[in-house]
Amino acid sequence: MDIIAIVTPVLIMAVLGAILGLILAFASKKFHVEVDPRTEEVGEALPGANCGACGFAGCAAYAEAIVEKGAPINLCAPGASAVVEEIGKIMGVTATASEPNFAVVQCDGNGVKNRFKYSGVTTCKAASVMGLAGAFQDCPYGCLGLGSCIEACPFGAMKLNENNIVEIDETLCAGCGKCVEVCPRHLIRLDPESRVIVVRCQNHDKGAKANKQCNHACIACQKCVKECPFDAIHIVDNLAVIDYEKCKLCGKCVAVCPKSLIVNLRADRKQRRAERIDRENNL
Amino acid sequence: MEFTFEQYFALMFGLIFTQNFVLSQFLGLCPFFGVSKNRDAALGMGCAVIFVMTMASVVTMLIYKGLFLHPSLQKYHMEQYLDIVSFILVIASLVQFVEIVLKKVAPALYQTLGIYLPLITTNCAVLGVTQMKLTEFSNPAYSLAQAVWYQGLLGVFGGIGFTLAIYLMAGVRERLQSAPIPESMKGMPIAFMAGCCMALAFFGFQGFI
Repeated sequence: MDIIAIVTPVLIMAVLGAILGLILAFASKKFHVEVDPRTEEVGEALPGANCGACGFAGCAAYAEAIVEKGAPINLCAPGASAVVEEIGKIMGVTATASEPNFAVVQCDGNGVKNRFKYSGVTTCKAASVMGLAGAFQDCPYGCLGLGSCIEACPFGAMKLNENNIVEIDETLCAGCGKCVEVCPRHLIRLDPESRVIVVRCQNHDKGAKANKQCNHACIACQKCVKECPFDAIHIVDNLAVIDYEKCKLCGKCVAVCPKSLIVNLRADRKQRRAERIDRENNL
Repeated sequence: MEFTFEQYFALMFGLIFTQNFVLSQFLGLCPFFGVSKNRDAALGMGCAVIFVMTMASVVTMLIYKGLFLHPSLQKYHMEQYLDIVSFILVIASLVQFVEIVLKKVAPALYQTLGIYLPLITTNCAVLGVTQMKLTEFSNPAYSLAQAVWYQGLLGVFGGIGFTLAIYLMAGVRERLQSAPIPESMKGMPIAFMAGCCMALAFFGFQGFI
């Protein structure tokens, strides 16, 4: 075994690399572009999840927008108040973090009937364009349970529950809204933390028909409308819809809904919030 | 070995039309679909690819024929295993160089090209052009200068072929933006189909050479 046969190619590659490296080093000096040092600092302060909740192409793009175009510093959803504070220090401005948002799935799914066993392409979009209306489920509005949103979630905050419906873990959800975009049935909504009363159904069919499609569908029975002391809930297109401008979050409608579709997330959120803070403190 | 005029013409016509890198060899599809949304960006991308392909061709042929196949080094057979490694090193450096220069000279173009600019490194068309005629040019019948010259021409015309394809595609896709297309076909699906039709059209050149 000739040792030179090993050394020569290694040397050649090393010299080649060195020459090219020198050329690049020279070029980067010659064509140097001034970058605001704050851009890098802001970039480091951001979480680096590149989720896009701020509306920019990623954390680096957002950092650049803050420094160069004066974008608002409180757009980072996963970072919440800690990041706003840090960026505020770098940029010398103060801003309060906006109220955290959580994704909410507006389908209960408990009792939807399947027409047939679906074994096609396992993305929600494919399944929803396959049939004219309800795809493989009777309900043409509900969650398909194929989990396109789970794949889209950069924080691993979504999972399928025992009813094959997507559930959101609010200790992990950062409110970036990726899932909202991918859901072909527009079932996921971003809600501020304080909005705790949610109607978990999007079925717009008439009562009798909706009832056949799913045991847990809104049948537009008007009970919640009559119960509401603030005139905040109405039947729109055969579905109970809450007007959050008027809603005082009293939760009376939750008690009367015969299908238990209207839910109160207050207690749950409180607990999740405590867990979340606990976990962040432990980090 | 000298090329005749016919051979020059065949080389040029072949790389631009009959063996177009994108449309008949299916190389470099990523930027072909990624940067073909508007014609200006497509042209910028094309120019960057022409530059990288030409320079990469010249430098890699110099390394391959001048160094690996050099009489005193030939006994190590480096051309058999070191070609792709060293070629990628050269291509990556060239792309980095283009990126640095563009950032300074044309920041707007740099912004539009975005991630696709560093991705020229992994553009298989560039590596493809350097590999295409390696065995033929390693024949001692070609002198070093000749091999480098022809390989450089391959790079230039290959790049022009790529630019032609991506520019035409950008023109088509600008029209597609305002065309009444079914919802599920908007965006990439219709772009793939348009690309397919263009590739079919380019097959019409097949009998020329």
